[in-house]
Amino acid sequence: MATDSIAAPKRPFRSHILVFLAPAVLVYTAVMIFPLISTLYQSFFSKDWAFIGFGNFVTLFTDPRLSASFWNALGNNFWFFIIHMVVQNPIGILLAALLSNPKLRLRGFYRTVFFVPTLLSFVIVGFVWKLILSPTWGVTQGLLKSVGLGALFQPWLGKEEYALTTLALISNWQFIGIPMMLIYAALLSIPDEVIEAAECDGITGWAQFWKIQLPLVLPAIGIVSILTFVGNFNAFDLVYAAQGAQPGPNFSTDLLGTLLYRTFFGYQLQLGDRALGSTIAAVMFLIILTGVCIYLFGVQTRLRRYQF
Amino acid sequence: MTFQKTLMLASATAALLAGAGSAFAADVTLTIESWRTDDLSVWQDKIIPAFEAANPGIKVVFSPTAPTEYNAALNAKLDGGSAGDIITCRPFDASLELFNKGHLAPLTDLPGMDNFSAVAKAAWSTDDAATTFCVPMGAVIHGFFYNKDAFAKVGIAAPPATVEEFFADLEKIKADGTYIPLAMGTNDQWEAATMGYNNIGPNYWHGEEGRLALIAGTQKLTDEPWVAPYRQLAKWKPYLGDGFEAQTYSDSQNLFTLGKAAIYPTGSWEIAGFEANATFPMGVFAPPVEKAGDTCYISDHTDIGIGMNAKSANPDAAKKFLSWVASPEFGGIFANALPGFFALGNTPVAMQDPLAQEFVSWRDKCKSSIRSTYAILSRGTPNLENETWNASVQVIKGAETPEAAGARLQAGLDSWYHPAAM
Repeated sequence: MATDSIAAPKRPFRSHILVFLAPAVLVYTAVMIFPLISTLYQSFFSKDWAFIGFGNFVTLFTDPRLSASFWNALGNNFWFFIIHMVVQNPIGILLAALLSNPKLRLRGFYRTVFFVPTLLSFVIVGFVWKLILSPTWGVTQGLLKSVGLGALFQPWLGKEEYALTTLALISNWQFIGIPMMLIYAALLSIPDEVIEAAECDGITGWAQFWKIQLPLVLPAIGIVSILTFVGNFNAFDLVYAAQGAQPGPNFSTDLLGTLLYRTFFGYQLQLGDRALGSTIAAVMFLIILTGVCIYLFGVQTRLRRYQF
Repeated sequence: MTFQKTLMLASATAALLAGAGSAFAADVTLTIESWRTDDLSVWQDKIIPAFEAANPGIKVVFSPTAPTEYNAALNAKLDGGSAGDIITCRPFDASLELFNKGHLAPLTDLPGMDNFSAVAKAAWSTDDAATTFCVPMGAVIHGFFYNKDAFAKVGIAAPPATVEEFFADLEKIKADGTYIPLAMGTNDQWEAATMGYNNIGPNYWHGEEGRLALIAGTQKLTDEPWVAPYRQLAKWKPYLGDGFEAQTYSDSQNLFTLGKAAIYPTGSWEIAGFEANATFPMGVFAPPVEKAGDTCYISDHTDIGIGMNAKSANPDAAKKFLSWVASPEFGGIFANALPGFFALGNTPVAMQDPLAQEFVSWRDKCKSSIRSTYAILSRGTPNLENETWNASVQVIKGAETPEAAGARLQAGLDSWYHPAAM
């Protein structure tokens, strides 16, 4: 660029930058970086602090029970993620597209309503949905019956084949506001001139959405996807609130987060195992790191950005 | 002020302080660590005043921590040397570990300890039963609650005594259709194991006999006495409410107290809550036996004990207090203040609550045992208690056969538990 060719005048070191950065750096180091490094460090030691190299990792992947739990949790995690990508994000984009329609009235109201569940605590969401879906007290069965679909009702959270999908859909309901807001903001930043030019060329309605708006919000969709990925592979709270730390039925809703919790802190009569817990945490970190790297180097660099 | 006056004042002050000091020195304060926050008022209003009245000079402070934080907080306090003099003991391994680390003092010779049977002391003794480190305080007994109105309506004269009668009654209630026969769900998993398997099981494995044989390795979970309870559980399924798969523990409690369910498998700890909520007369019956006249076995599970901090500054006062806890006098106060938590002493305790009386009367007719999975067998990974939760649920749902469940649990146990007798 042009500025590079002119030798910049040497400026004195601006120490106030350090002062302003210090609080964030210190707090972040204390509550994030230090625990992360100490967890990784701990995963190379046995329970009695003897260095065992990759011993814990070998145990995790070779012990028949532990590795079965791990692969089960990982598989569940992928399903959880897929549901989010297939249901939550497309609906989020759709809602954003509807909201950005200038003819829509009560836009602020809808925007708030869709976003409110995101602000609720996991505990409330888990509890409320458990009650809604409860075969004993829940309203779901009555609602379905009133429209003649009573036969469709199942105790979804208690059935091995449905429980995880149900939880994923509850999580979608809760977090639909995040993709909606991010994409809504991206849609609003598309200049009117582009839209008007499209209209002059006869591109309106859905064609306009597919050909103009969607390509322009792709970077935002990329961000949403990676946020979903990181959030899902760290997910723990909703499952813990709804199903406990030995997530039933028959571990069908066990995610890496709950497996980590159960292993690290113990549960009921199961005693906690700091070493193996740290190992699972380290593996989770590696999985997320890999996913984020694939996105950053494989996807984001290829996304085309448009300057207006 | 002159020097003399100062000196006089100083000596007077010193004398005063010394006098006060000696007066207070007689008063020893004992602090009790506990997780029973619910029982704070019972301790403050009933238990502690009774002790202080009989033992002037010893003050007792009950200082509970939330149940979920108790173990971690207690460990930290004990390591840091700031824990109270008296420690409330969780049963089995959690307390055993404290004893092995030297945090709990051995109490084998404590006066009053001989008031307790070996079963009562097992939860707070070393594996060889040589040393006991906590005074057994309370136990909960498993059984079935039933709605007397429901039984009258469908024409059941007396609660079932045998398994056959039990299923005949369930069938009657189901045919009548007014009530859900059995209030139990599998959502929370532990219900199926604790209130199902460990409730009905002792009749099959003959209580302590089977439990100790399992620990010794002479019986296996694939043996008939351990598989048979699963067979009965599998037959419960048609009598559970619709959607039991997603029914939680509190759903079950509410179904019963609202009068929608006829029978509720559970334990004595529900007495206080149920009596406060239910508007119909309730009764309880012990787990039905196979054939009329068989010896009955009950799960009389030791749940709370109390011990002494090995580093207590006032060991004599603490021992005095613990001896008192071991006495029948404490047993009477405790059992009446907290119906459903039974004193563990050999001396029978007079209780006012009729349901509690019924529960405790089984101790005379039946043989007591504790939950089979709690002692020793849940020390390793996979942990037998947590595995039993899962297996009981799978069996009730019909997703796993009783035999397969037994084989799976035994395989898990074999992977880390190798008793010498094998």
